[in-house]
Amino acid sequence: MIFLFVHCTSYIVHSIMKTTMLKRITNSPLWQLILANARELLREPAVLFWGIGFPILMSLGLGVAFTKKKDVTVTVAVIGRNHLVHAPSDSVSIIQTFLMKNKAVLKAGNDGSLSRELTVPDEKLGGTTYIFRDMSWKKAMVMLKRGNLNLVMDEAQGRIQYHFDPMNPDAQLTYLKFSKLMKDPELIIRPSEAEIRPLDVTGTRYIDFLVPGLICMGVMMSCMWGVSYDIIEKRSKKLLRRMIATPMKRSNFLVALITVRMAMNFVESGLLFLFAWLVFHITIQGSVPALVLFFISGNIAFAGLAVFLSCNTAKTEIGNGLINLVSMPMMVLSGIFFSYHNFPGWIIPVIQKFPLTMMADGVRSIFIEGAGFSEIMMPTLIMLVIGMMFFTAGLKLFKWH
Amino acid sequence: MNRGAIIEVKNVYKSFKSVHAVRGINLEILPSQFIALLGPNGAGKTTMVEMIEGIQKPDSGEILIMGKPWKGNEKEFRKIMGLSLQETRFIDKLRVFETLRLFASFFSLGAERCEEVMTLVGLEEKRQAYVVNLSGGQRQRLALGVALLNKPKILLLDEPTTGLDPQARREVWMILKKLKDASSTSMILTTHYMEEAEQLCDYIVIMDHGTILKEGTLPELLGKSSADMEKKEEYTGPPRNLDELFIELTGRHLHE
Repeated sequence: MIFLFVHCTSYIVHSIMKTTMLKRITNSPLWQLILANARELLREPAVLFWGIGFPILMSLGLGVAFTKKKDVTVTVAVIGRNHLVHAPSDSVSIIQTFLMKNKAVLKAGNDGSLSRELTVPDEKLGGTTYIFRDMSWKKAMVMLKRGNLNLVMDEAQGRIQYHFDPMNPDAQLTYLKFSKLMKDPELIIRPSEAEIRPLDVTGTRYIDFLVPGLICMGVMMSCMWGVSYDIIEKRSKKLLRRMIATPMKRSNFLVALITVRMAMNFVESGLLFLFAWLVFHITIQGSVPALVLFFISGNIAFAGLAVFLSCNTAKTEIGNGLINLVSMPMMVLSGIFFSYHNFPGWIIPVIQKFPLTMMADGVRSIFIEGAGFSEIMMPTLIMLVIGMMFFTAGLKLFKWH
Repeated sequence: MNRGAIIEVKNVYKSFKSVHAVRGINLEILPSQFIALLGPNGAGKTTMVEMIEGIQKPDSGEILIMGKPWKGNEKEFRKIMGLSLQETRFIDKLRVFETLRLFASFFSLGAERCEEVMTLVGLEEKRQAYVVNLSGGQRQRLALGVALLNKPKILLLDEPTTGLDPQARREVWMILKKLKDASSTSMILTTHYMEEAEQLCDYIVIMDHGTILKEGTLPELLGKSSADMEKKEEYTGPPRNLDELFIELTGRHLHE
């Protein structure tokens, strides 16, 4: 689509460029540099995939994975003797009594193994289906490690023992729900009387949190790899050296590179938003012009950082390392996928000063909190200063050959 | 100053850490003169050319272009120079014409000049080809075309045919011969192919270890050498070519 757009634009420009003004523009070094960068970018299918396809796939995958399903199914391992089928020689266990009394359905698997299923309906919180399977401790541990179950039960001296990882919130939830059920089996047929009113406010879903983060991460990665790596590669190919042996203005080269990258970032982010709007019904609750301004300032911050990172090396291996050194900590810490408030308190003020955190916080505030110009003015200025500072320092240290 | 010289190199020294790349070189290049810097790898040819290009600065000595130093005149010099570097790679996914158009824009030149240059270097049929799909010889001709876009007064070519097959090398030579006949461009060419220096240049500078071993026209070089050799008892005849001369001067082959 972008390719078609560029071709059409190029065709239109060519057909009417008989006028002197247009001829002057198309002959200008800046325009030719912009064209060269755009062509280089758009003629590389991998760039389009990683820039557009990959963020969309990521939002789809994570969006689907973290969108709460109404009903859940959990597997519970029951250790020891056969608790599912009553043999006349056996005494009746507590678990067995509970399952049989509550009419847990006996089912046979493809491999001949037996299980009992018990469904607890809940209109407000969603129903839970427990699948109880008899197994050895060893097999239970294997399944636990594989993430196939998170709660293991056994019975000793007439008491039920629960085994699970207390740091795993899902395991904790399964334990709490099931142990409550054991104490009050009436819950199976009698719905909860608690006054639960599910929130229905726009912007509270995980996908609402994720998409602005993905947009910001896309800008960072695009600048780091698209600007930094591109400069280093051109330097290593001696193309920069060849270019400055002409009367080319040095600033034109960097301006063209950043302009094309920024335009590409607009397209990439626009498509990701379009996808999220169509599939997940995401909306922008705040000011769109403020978002555009903030987006530009974020691009400038990362473009400046990218120029600084690539100002001195001609080795792509070193470039790789530098880009990862800067982008990886931000990707992990800046709260792109999960809130950075889960980190220890002492590190949060540090994280909040990262450009990616600043950008993600700002974009989220516009997307889901309805922020406008007044709320994003300060971070916009800070990011512009960051960008200009790194750009100036990078240009000062810039090695053209 | 020699009023006629377009480039003057005066007692120039250049070192990189402990490596003395250029040691006290003096050189004058006249308008329309084609000069070859001939020598093996590590002779200091590329460093010398880079200093003339203004990319490297001499540690001591002076380089003048049309009687003026690089400092303060860079803009003017860039407009009159054309160069082809060793191992330059243009943008892979740009077409031949687009590459020429990009570089032409730096000299405020339009598409017409690109068409002319494409014909000059014989790449008309490859107009729409991506750079990445060109052969080694075609890429070198493109590099030469880019160097010729601004009709340079000074053309600097750093090993323009290294790594090319004999056919591709001859194609580049043909272009340069045509240029020599049709323009007043001065050219400095570095090479370690003696045949290239013999075929294209009217003045040859033989370099090794950062110094000039011998310089002159081809007959002068071979003639002087044979005269010198007559003094030696074991002399059996004049050197027949530059390679033999180089062996006489250094005791080793040009390609060693």
